[in-house]
Amino acid sequence: MIEFENVNKTYDDGTEAVRDFSLRAESRETTVLVGTSGSGKTTVLRMVNRMVEPTAGRVLWDGRDVATMDAVRLRRSIGYVLQEGGLFPHWTVLRNIATVPLLENTPKDEAMRRAAELLTLVGLDASLGERYPSQLSGGQRQRVGVARALANNPLVLLMDEPFGALDPLVRRDLQREVVRIREALGTTIIMVTHDMHEALMLGHKVVVMATGGRIVQEGSPEQILSSPADDFVAGLLDASGMMAFVNGDRA
Amino acid sequence: MTWVGNNLSLMASLFLAHVMLALPAVALSVAVAIPLGWLAHRSPTIRGPLLQVVGLLYAIPSLALFLIVPSLFGLEMRGSANIIVVLAIYGVAILVRTVTDAFDSVPADVLQAADACGYSLWRRFWSVDLPLSLPVTMAGVRVVVVSTISLVTVGSVIGVRSLGTLFTDGFQRGIVAEVVAGLVLTVLLALAMDGLCVLAGHMLTPWTKSSRLPRRVGFIGRSRGALPATPVTTNEEGSVP
Repeated sequence: MIEFENVNKTYDDGTEAVRDFSLRAESRETTVLVGTSGSGKTTVLRMVNRMVEPTAGRVLWDGRDVATMDAVRLRRSIGYVLQEGGLFPHWTVLRNIATVPLLENTPKDEAMRRAAELLTLVGLDASLGERYPSQLSGGQRQRVGVARALANNPLVLLMDEPFGALDPLVRRDLQREVVRIREALGTTIIMVTHDMHEALMLGHKVVVMATGGRIVQEGSPEQILSSPADDFVAGLLDASGMMAFVNGDRA
Repeated sequence: MTWVGNNLSLMASLFLAHVMLALPAVALSVAVAIPLGWLAHRSPTIRGPLLQVVGLLYAIPSLALFLIVPSLFGLEMRGSANIIVVLAIYGVAILVRTVTDAFDSVPADVLQAADACGYSLWRRFWSVDLPLSLPVTMAGVRVVVVSTISLVTVGSVIGVRSLGTLFTDGFQRGIVAEVVAGLVLTVLLALAMDGLCVLAGHMLTPWTKSSRLPRRVGFIGRSRGALPATPVTTNEEGSVP
C-alpha cells in the first residue's frame, strides 16, 4: 500500500505544483490519477520513487516513509514506465529489459534469459530481442518499456502516461495487457493519464485531479460514472466520450 | 625526387615520431575535455565562464605556449612531453564545447528512465550519458585529430622531431622535395587518422548506423501485407516518436 500524507511540492521558483495531497493506493490494485496537464499528477507519481522529493508531507510504502530509504535501491525495487518507453537507444531490446537485474549484479546470462521471458510476457516476438529501440514501432517500444519495468519483479509499478503516444488500437491492446499482467503478478499499479476512458477502464480507484494536485473526486469507476462530482469531472467524461454511460446508462 | 628515394628511412622515422606526439596529445585532450564538458553540462554557473576561458586558450600563440608550458609543468622544452601538453591544451580548447553539446544532446527522457531504473550518478555517466554523447563527441574528436596532426609540425621550430622537421630542414637547405614530402606525409597521416576515427565512431555507436535500414526493411516487410507502399506511409512510420 502506498500512502500520501498531506504532501506538498513547491519548486524553487515558488511554483506550487501540489498542495496538501493525501491518498491511499491499495496493494494489488490499480490506482489511476487522471487530470489535465498542470494538475501535478506526474509530480505526485514521482514522489513514490523519490524522483521528486516532497517539500512537506510524507509518502509511505507499507507504512515506511520512502524518504528514509536509499533512493537508488528504492528505484530498483519499483517499476517505472515512461511515455514512449524511455528506452536506452544504445542498447538492444533484451539489454534494455535486463537493465535493473544487471544493475543488481544478476549474472548476465541469467538476466538475458529472464529478459527473453519478459519479452514474451508483454506479447512481443523473441526475434525482436536483438533490435535497437529505433527499429521498433511505438507500440513495441512501449511494451519493451513495460517489460523493463517488470524485470526485477517489482511489487509496485508506476506508469506515467504510458499509452499517450500510441494509436487507439495499439493502446487498447496494451491496456488489456496491463490488466492481464497485474492479475498474473499481483502488482500494485499507480498510473497517470489524461484520458478518462483509460482511467475508468484500468482503475480500481480513479482519482480526478485539478490544478495544484487538488483531488476533485476519488472513487471506483462506477462511482465516478454514476455521480460525477462536478462539471470538471463531467467535462472530462464528456471529452473522452464517456458521457453516454453516466447515470447508469452503462448497461 | 631523388631526395625522397634516398631518405625513405628518415621519413619513416619522422612519420613515426609524428604519430607518437599526435596520438598521446589527442588522448590527453579527450581525457581532460570529457570531465570538463560534463561539468559545464551539469552546472549552469560553471558553464559560461569555463567555456569562455577554455575557448580563449586557442588564442595563445603556439610558440609562446611551447615556452610557457615547460616552466609551468616543469618539463623540458625540447622534450616530447612539452609538445604533447601544448597540443592537448589546443585540443581541449576545441573539444570542451563539443563535449558539452554532446552531453546536452542526450535525451532528457532517457536520463529520467535511467534514474528511475536506479542508476547512481556515477554508473549512469559510464552506462548512459557517455555512450549516448559519443556521436556528437566523435565529430569534435575528428577535428582535434586533424588539427593536432597539423600542429605537431610547429614543434620542429623548437627542435622536436616530427614530419615538421622536413619543413625546417628542407627550408634551411633549400630542398623543395623535402618540404613537399613533409607536407604530403602530414596530410596523408591526417586523412588516415580521420578515417580511423570514422571507423572507431561506427564501432563505438552501432545503434546509430543500424537505426535507419532495418526500420525501412521492417516497413517494406509489413507493407507486403495490406498497406500500399506509398511514400506518405513511410513518412508516417518514420515520424512515430
